[in-house]
Parts: sequence; C-alpha cells; structure tokens
Amino acid sequence: MSFDLICDYLLSPVFIRGAMMTLLVTVTSLFFGILSGLLLALLQGARFAAPRVLVLVYLWLFRGTPVLFQIIFIYNVLPGFGIRLSAFVSATIALSLNEGAYMSEIIRSGLGAVKQGQRTAGLALGMTRAGVMRHIVLPQALRVILPPMGNQMIGMLKTSALVSVVAVQELLLAANQTAAANFRYFEALTAAGIYYLLLTTLFMIVQAWMERALDPKRKRRGKARRPLIDRFIPSAEAR
Amino acid sequence: MAMSKHDEAPGVAASAAGLKSEPLLKMVGIEKSFGTFHALKGCSLNVAERETVVLIGPSGSGKSTLLRCVNLLELADKGRIFFNGSDITRDLKNAAAIRREIGMVFQNFELFQHLTAAENIMLAPMKVLGRSRADAHDIAVELLAKVHIPTKADAYPDELSGGQQQRVAIARALAMKPTLMLYDEPTSALDPEMIREVLDVMTELSSEGMTSIVVTHEMGFARRAADRIVFMEGGEIIETAGSADFFGGSVNARARRFLDQILH
Repeated sequence: MSFDLICDYLLSPVFIRGAMMTLLVTVTSLFFGILSGLLLALLQGARFAAPRVLVLVYLWLFRGTPVLFQIIFIYNVLPGFGIRLSAFVSATIALSLNEGAYMSEIIRSGLGAVKQGQRTAGLALGMTRAGVMRHIVLPQALRVILPPMGNQMIGMLKTSALVSVVAVQELLLAANQTAAANFRYFEALTAAGIYYLLLTTLFMIVQAWMERALDPKRKRRGKARRPLIDRFIPSAEAR
Repeated sequence: MAMSKHDEAPGVAASAAGLKSEPLLKMVGIEKSFGTFHALKGCSLNVAERETVVLIGPSGSGKSTLLRCVNLLELADKGRIFFNGSDITRDLKNAAAIRREIGMVFQNFELFQHLTAAENIMLAPMKVLGRSRADAHDIAVELLAKVHIPTKADAYPDELSGGQQQRVAIARALAMKPTLMLYDEPTSALDPEMIREVLDVMTELSSEGMTSIVVTHEMGFARRAADRIVFMEGGEIIETAGSADFFGGSVNARARRFLDQILH
C-alpha cells in the first residue's frame, strides 16, 4: 500500500479524464432525464387517453428492465437497424431515457402536491394556463421535488459507472484498467473512490444551495437571525 | 342577531341604479350537469352595477356552481351569460380577459403559499397587466391599508390568521380593478371571532359601490349589505327579493323554512 501512488493516480491524466467523463455522462444524462421527465409528467396530466397510455408503456419498459440491459441494448441493437452511435452517445441516451422514467414520477408527485385551488385562484385572476404553471404551480412543486431529485442526481453519478460496459472511458473503467496493468488494485480503486466522494459531495452542496434558494423565507432569515426555537415554533405574535 | 337601522336604503339606491341601464351581469336559463347530477336547472339572474346580491340556500343547492359559471371556471351546458353587454357564454378564447374584470374570493383563501402578502397582490398586476414591480408594490401597499392590515405586507400566508389571509385574498382580487366581485362562502372556513373583520371589509366595499355576488350563510351580513337576496334550492332559484322584503317575512314557504333552520 502506497499513499504516494494514490496521490500520483489522483493527479494522473487518466484519472482526471475518467472523473471528467463520469461528470459529463452524469450531467448530460441528468439534463435530458429531467427534461424528458418533465415532458412525461405533463403528458400524464393530459386530457386525452392516448398520451397517458403512451407514458404508461414508457414507464413500464424503462422501470421494468435493468439500466445495464438498456445500455447494452441501445449500444448493440440499434446498429442492426442502421443507427450507428458512439459509445458515449448511446450510453447517455440509455441513461437519459431511464432517468426520465423516474424523474417523471417525482415531478408528477410534486405537481400533484399543489392543490387544484391554487390553479383556480390563478386562473380567476386572469392568468393563462402557462402563466399559472410557471408562476404558481412550478415554484411550489419544486420545493417538494428537490429532495427526491437530489437522491436521483447522486444515484445517477454512481449509475454512470455502468457505462464502462460499452467501453466509455469513465472513472471506474480507468481505475480498473490502471490496476490490471500492475495489480495495485487498492491504490487505483482508492483514488477512484476519492473522486466519487468528491463528486457526490459537490452534488450535495449544489442540492443544499438550491433548497435554500427556493425557501421563500430565506431573505428574512438573512436579515435578522431568530433564535432556533422560534424558527421551529411559529411565534404567536406573528399572528 | 344585530340589525342595522338603514336596512332599506341600499335596496332603494340599487333598484334606482338597476332601472337606468342594462344590468352588468345577465344570466339566462343556465343549466349545468356533472355526470348524472343536475346541478343547475335553468337559473336566471341579473345583477345591476353597484348592486350587492347575496345567494343563500342549503348546501348542494348550486350556489357555488352558479358563481363559478359567471367567470367561466365552469362552463354552462345551456343558457346565456352576458357581461358588460357582451355574450361570454362560450367565449373560452377570451376567458382570461373576462376573468381580469371579475375578482373572486374563495372559501379556503387560496393565497399563493410561496409568496408574501404583498407579492400575492402584486403577481397578477405584474404578470397579467405588465405593471412594473414598483407600481405593483404601490398597489399592494394601498390595498393592504384598505383591508386594514397595512403592517403585514412581508408576512407569508402561514404567518397570518385566517381572517387576515382572507382579507389579503380580497386585496389580491381588487388589485386587478375588477368591475364585479364574486365571494364563494368567504367566511365558512374562519373561526367565529374572525368572521366579522372579513365581513366588515366586504360591507365597506359594497357601500362604496363595488358590484358583488356573495354566496354566504351569514344572515347578518345579508341584512346589512345586500340589496337583494336570492334563495336557491335543488339547482333552482326559488325566490328573489329585496333585502327588506326577504327579512320582513314576505317570502316563499321553502325559503321561510330554510331561514328558520339556520336562524334556529
């Protein structure tokens, strides 16, 4: 066991590129995953049956099979139909489609948590449906959505290791290949583990920051710090 | 039950106003069904400018449904609705524009939980009318004073009492400068000691000439503020009478029975 070697690995281009690739796969898949999740969630609220059935089939397929299966399927089966995609693109597509299925359920529950009466009140003020969604429903739904979405984001960071199966040079594959050359598994995997922890920590910080940004009462808290007990028990004089 | 002395005065003023022009709102033969439930069976109602009409009747009689048909939150199956002279019955394209003219206050307040009292009032003027933030804020400050809670601009809804929340909701509706106000059981969700402060604001608005339709069980308010009382039962308008006549006893037997029940 050598700490110097761990440090060498941490600073080596192979590991840095691997970590960057992990981050890139994760962020890209999350972006498209959240986008398709939002689309699926809105389609589920559609007035007509056809889009709702389509969404159900989608959820059934992508939640009903392993992600690993989906990655391998898209990479190996699509070329048979003449669709040739790079390992990175097909891996990202698989992860995005899979993530969309889970995100749509999270977003749907968030939208459902905003009472119908809030929408009615917005409409009664003369706002359009889109305006009500943007200014009234989404800001309230986001606060419900964020904690489970944070879970999904950190989960995605770890799931991204699976794309090594189609030879995308991400962090785990880089570590595994490095170790295979000299059998220093402990050092290589420790270095990879440190990178994973750094990245998940980064995600947690981003999540905490977003939750704070969405807390409507943050401004006031910044101005005058109230005793902790007051914040948990709404004071009587406020009424 | 408290009774003000000038019971008849508003009724007389309103019928004079009603005579001189077309009513602001005219509903003719409104029918509405939910599945097999026939909620409204040919209701007709005129409301003149500056008039306050109180809708009473047992629960499930169609009062709230009739109210929600006015600003197209529910679409009437049959019948015609004229507002400000134009036929709005099927005018879903302009629903948003029509609703801007018609303020609505709900039983459960429905303040936007993520916004302060002031921001609740500012939202529609900014996003619908395109007013600047500063302008909208001036409107909010002015209206909060009007509903007697000038110090609560920065409070969030969950920091306000029910009575305060409902008064912010009234201010929010007034911010669009509506020509007609709809109140859907505005005091039914309130603790008894807070009912008065909300009714006082509504009474003030009515006496300033705000045209209003109020669904309520508050007979004291009906006596004080209403020009006309409309009694509904089973989806039909059974009786329409001036406030003085209605409470003076010259009413239909079914309305009499209902009054006896709620006045004990």
